[in-house]
Amino acid sequence: MSFIAVTELYVFILAAFVGYQVITRVPPLLHTPLMSATNAISGISLVGSLVAAGSHETRVSTILGFIAVTTATINVVGGFLITDRMLKMFKREPKPEPKLELKK
Amino acid sequence: MIRDLTIEAAYIAASVMFILGLRSLTRPDAARRGMQQAAIGMVLAIAGTLVNHHIVEYQWIIAGLALGTLIGYPLGMFVPMTAMPQRIAISHMFGAVAATLVGVAEYYNAFHGGEPLGAARMTALGFEVLFGSLTITGSFMAFGKLQEILPGRPITFKGQNAVNITLFACTFGMFLYLIFHPENATLFYVMIGMALVIGISMVMPIGGADMPVVVSLLNSYAGLASSATGFAIGNNVLIIAGALDGASGFLLSILMSKAMNRSFANVLFGAFGSPVVSSGKTAIGLTAQSISAEDAALRLAYASKVIVVPGYGMAVAQSQHVVRELAELIEKRGGEVKYAIHPVAGRMPGHMNVLLAEAHVPYDRLYDMEEINGEFALADVALVIGANDVVNPAARNDPGSPIYGMPILNVDQAKSVIVLKRSMNAGFAGIENELFYDPKTSMLFGDAKTSLSKLVSEVKNV
Repeated sequence: MSFIAVTELYVFILAAFVGYQVITRVPPLLHTPLMSATNAISGISLVGSLVAAGSHETRVSTILGFIAVTTATINVVGGFLITDRMLKMFKREPKPEPKLELKK
Repeated sequence: MIRDLTIEAAYIAASVMFILGLRSLTRPDAARRGMQQAAIGMVLAIAGTLVNHHIVEYQWIIAGLALGTLIGYPLGMFVPMTAMPQRIAISHMFGAVAATLVGVAEYYNAFHGGEPLGAARMTALGFEVLFGSLTITGSFMAFGKLQEILPGRPITFKGQNAVNITLFACTFGMFLYLIFHPENATLFYVMIGMALVIGISMVMPIGGADMPVVVSLLNSYAGLASSATGFAIGNNVLIIAGALDGASGFLLSILMSKAMNRSFANVLFGAFGSPVVSSGKTAIGLTAQSISAEDAALRLAYASKVIVVPGYGMAVAQSQHVVRELAELIEKRGGEVKYAIHPVAGRMPGHMNVLLAEAHVPYDRLYDMEEINGEFALADVALVIGANDVVNPAARNDPGSPIYGMPILNVDQAKSVIVLKRSMNAGFAGIENELFYDPKTSMLFGDAKTSLSKLVSEVKNV
């Protein structure tokens, strides 16, 4: 048990470290999509919710699990969609267009 | 056995895809595809979980997935970009609700025929429900303030910090006791109740302009709650995804507090947004010059370099599209237009960038504060649209000002400044802005959208 907990702590610390390294390089330009992206990713608590809702241990855990599945799904579905919608908007200046106009 | 291996493989793949997805956000042109891959990772993780042998019935799962999709789809597709801060705040709440409820269910099961709780699992569960429940109420308060259901100004009372510290200490004490005596169910639920109260009292004293820090911090807490869930149920993909989320929110809140010249300790202990006792300077004896739309348009039309400084006022007036229209007109006449974005302009990190991108402003025109501050001296006109504290020179030269030391955009170095503002009222921090009384500053009063539309039609006529 305690050995498992230590392994998990390693996983946590390494993941947090990787996250920190990666995210420091995200430009301020994309900070809002970053927030919605991490939000969508943290919808991973759906994994825990699914087990609670479907393991049929007690009625209480089934009901709580159902609510948790619902809210986590809201974050997964809504989060990824809104991130995609935002990222779709970020466009570079259309460079080749003026050349095309010159040809005409 | 094979089933377990498949599940683990799905989780590992999901974790890698999440990290790659976040890494893709370092490059705007790769970001969209990277996040789509992260979404596939999520689908893998969910599919992997569904074949878990612990799951014996599916009706509640299907109902929850269906209901969540039904609510999540419109929240993803139809919420306008201007409402993004409150949209993000409320989604932290949803994530926290899931984590907290899973924690409560685990706790309940442990005493109703489930696996008994050891100290390690109780610690994880405790962190899970504590982070979860304070994020639930905290995010809801933030949502309320951003949506303007609750008053946006800080709500404070005497001895607030003492009350908060006591609350915090009591809750932590209960947590410690529970680690060694997990069977005390009443205490467990009281602790959750206390954490819910902490969430409220933490966000209550915070004004709208400080929201970027709070929203980032809640982002971090929501992630930590997910991570703790992973510890409690022994699931690595939860730990990893939660840690990524936690690190991201943590980093953003450090960046945001730096941009407001507040120490991170100040932020962590909830003392931020403390009420402004007195403003450094008053406007008595100073007059601001107002300018007509025609004159302002003339100046913009003949400028060779214009720097646009958007602030929350632009978001409120939803005027980002007119801004782009005006910029295009200036460019057509041969002028150059750049946008200067202060890290805390608006109500969340990156707020202005998203709005301008929505208005089809190419992202290579959007400049961070460090990149553009040196260019103001070369600008013929700095066009300030509904920004106030982030351009207040008092941050640089008035040690008595509450925002002294905060990095600002050097708008006052531009050859001339046009400020679009609704009235002479002080900004969110309640501080007078001497920029508005500078002889080279002209004020164009009115709603930002109306003023900008006037400017557009006037520039067309020049």
